[in-house]
Amino acid sequence: MTKKQKKVLIRIIVAAVLMIGFSFLSVSGWLAFGLYMIPYIVIGYDILKKAFKGILNRQVFDENFLMAVATVGAVCLGEYKEGVAVMLFYQIGELFQSYAVGKSRRNISALMDIRPDYANIERDGDIVAVDPDEVAIGEIIIVKPGEKIPIDGIIVEGNASLNTSALTGESAPRDAKAGDEVISGCINMSGVLKIKTTREFGESTVSKILDLVENSSSKKSKSENFISKFAKYYTPAVCYSALALAVLPPLARMLFMSASPEWGVWVYRALTFLVISCPCALVISIPLSFFAGIGGAGKQGVLVKGSNYLETLSRVKYIVFDKTGTMTKGVFEVAGIHHNELENEKLIEYAALAESYSSHPISKSLLAAYGKPADKSRVTDLEEISGHGVTAKVDGISVVAGNGKLMQKLGIEYKDCHHVGTIVHVAIDGKYAGHILISDMIKPSAKAAIEGLYKAGIKKTVMLTGDAGAVAENVADTLGISEVYSELLPADKVSKVEELLDQKGEKEKLAFVGDGINDAPVLSRADIGIAMGALGSDAAIEAADIVLMDDDPLKIPVAIGIARKCLRIVYENIYFAIGIKLICLVLGALGIANMWLAIFADVGVMVIAVINAIRALFVRRCN
Amino acid sequence: MKKTYKIEVDCANCANKMEEAAKKTAGVKDATVNFMTLKMNVEFDEGSDPKAVMKDVLKSCKKVEDDCEIYI
Repeated sequence: MTKKQKKVLIRIIVAAVLMIGFSFLSVSGWLAFGLYMIPYIVIGYDILKKAFKGILNRQVFDENFLMAVATVGAVCLGEYKEGVAVMLFYQIGELFQSYAVGKSRRNISALMDIRPDYANIERDGDIVAVDPDEVAIGEIIIVKPGEKIPIDGIIVEGNASLNTSALTGESAPRDAKAGDEVISGCINMSGVLKIKTTREFGESTVSKILDLVENSSSKKSKSENFISKFAKYYTPAVCYSALALAVLPPLARMLFMSASPEWGVWVYRALTFLVISCPCALVISIPLSFFAGIGGAGKQGVLVKGSNYLETLSRVKYIVFDKTGTMTKGVFEVAGIHHNELENEKLIEYAALAESYSSHPISKSLLAAYGKPADKSRVTDLEEISGHGVTAKVDGISVVAGNGKLMQKLGIEYKDCHHVGTIVHVAIDGKYAGHILISDMIKPSAKAAIEGLYKAGIKKTVMLTGDAGAVAENVADTLGISEVYSELLPADKVSKVEELLDQKGEKEKLAFVGDGINDAPVLSRADIGIAMGALGSDAAIEAADIVLMDDDPLKIPVAIGIARKCLRIVYENIYFAIGIKLICLVLGALGIANMWLAIFADVGVMVIAVINAIRALFVRRCN
Repeated sequence: MKKTYKIEVDCANCANKMEEAAKKTAGVKDATVNFMTLKMNVEFDEGSDPKAVMKDVLKSCKKVEDDCEIYI
């Protein structure tokens, strides 16, 4: 609790004790007035002061004014105890609200606690901690175990496992060694790293993300705007209704029914009205729900740039995916070895060595599958046949590695592969030795992600790709994606998305998911752009509305789940708070609700709404 | 030009009122107040002096909500 909150708490306790104590005394008249004025002033002096200042500044209709009028009115009617009680409960409500908001504010900033406080650099043989802002590009920083990497860079010395959970929500540590690029915000869990910085602190991933998070709620959702507008008209409306309630019925009774006006009854009802009318529950709980929702999403490695995007995301019915890098890994890997005469490792070894001088992506994936540094001295008589493959001697044995055309050309009989991908046929010592299938691997969680989306009620999934038809169809079939468009240029993707936008209904939203590489225009054209694996990709962070920090497609249904839960809570709060208030207003006007019920309608509803709002922070982990 | 300021305010409705007040101040093109992060983003008109404008912004905010602070 802050100092301010503690002070209020003490005032609440003092006033409550005094009020309860006085209620045991049987006093009346001026003595009662004098006694009850003590707790009233203790608990309410700042409200009265604010209300008075508000009137001076012509800001009449706010909560302070409502509370001041209601309680002063109650006191004038001789209802001292109720006057004090209203003020007391109002303050309890305010204290609770400020405590809850402060608590969730701290919770959420703890989630985003990735801001590094210092960077270690070496100066004259000593390691000194400096402000990360002072480190220039190309300087060497030292990160010890347990410290955060302050600035993006490349490891020049040492290896360590890094905890990226603050950035990606991924709990498995990532290994990094010399030569690897590392991003700021990761925590070094073991080993000392020397990192050569590639960016300034202000341009580093951490600063970018913090900037994004801190500005996230500057874009307000429709529900939030609705509430601020609602509050603007609601409070004056209720004040005038209260005035009418206090004046009109007694006048009507006097003039038309020639009954006694019963001023006291009607004024009391009007004051009850004022107490009920306070809009706090709504005004606080809606932004709090969104804030908690954005915080909960951040915990899962889903950055949402504003509450309006959370709102849109909850209404998404169509999802368009990019293929490479989104649904597939975007790197070519050995997917299978078929018809081989040798052991798998042997075949890969020969093929990798034969291709070891090439920088073609296919050769790289062969070398990656081989897993060891290629000993190039074992390779002789190398000949590269462009568009076909290579022939070479490995350890003196002739090796041919290439496509079907190469095999035909050399008159070697080969077996074709029925899988989709790039095939490298290998012949050793003039004899066919099998083929290696290399393809862009579908991400392991992609299928589960698509299933999750259909379960979440997504109507249609579409995949757009620049790749060849057969490959695209194959991926779409495996994943269960409903439509696929292949061989598209980046500009075609935009027009395809526009076509889809025209087809869908007004309230149904379309999301585009891409990896941010050359699909920035599509990201901004869709109702909502989701960039994935965006760590380090500035263009994607810039263009997208929602950024998935790692490249796991499973985060898409998770994000939609978070958005829907958050919006459900928002609507629950709107309906609940407005509903209860309206009911109580009617009951108050009819004289059924007294001031005690009014206090519940104000403070009770607010407390419930705030607790409900905080629920948005908790996200069920889905694996 | 855009700048972000830290603010101190107690209730969400007060934050809304500050936003309104800041928007109406001369020299301010647009302003948003984020109650949850306690930040005020101000976009200034071309050629205006942020320091002078912010003094006015603070003044008009104090008018609508006495119990607020902007750390300029």
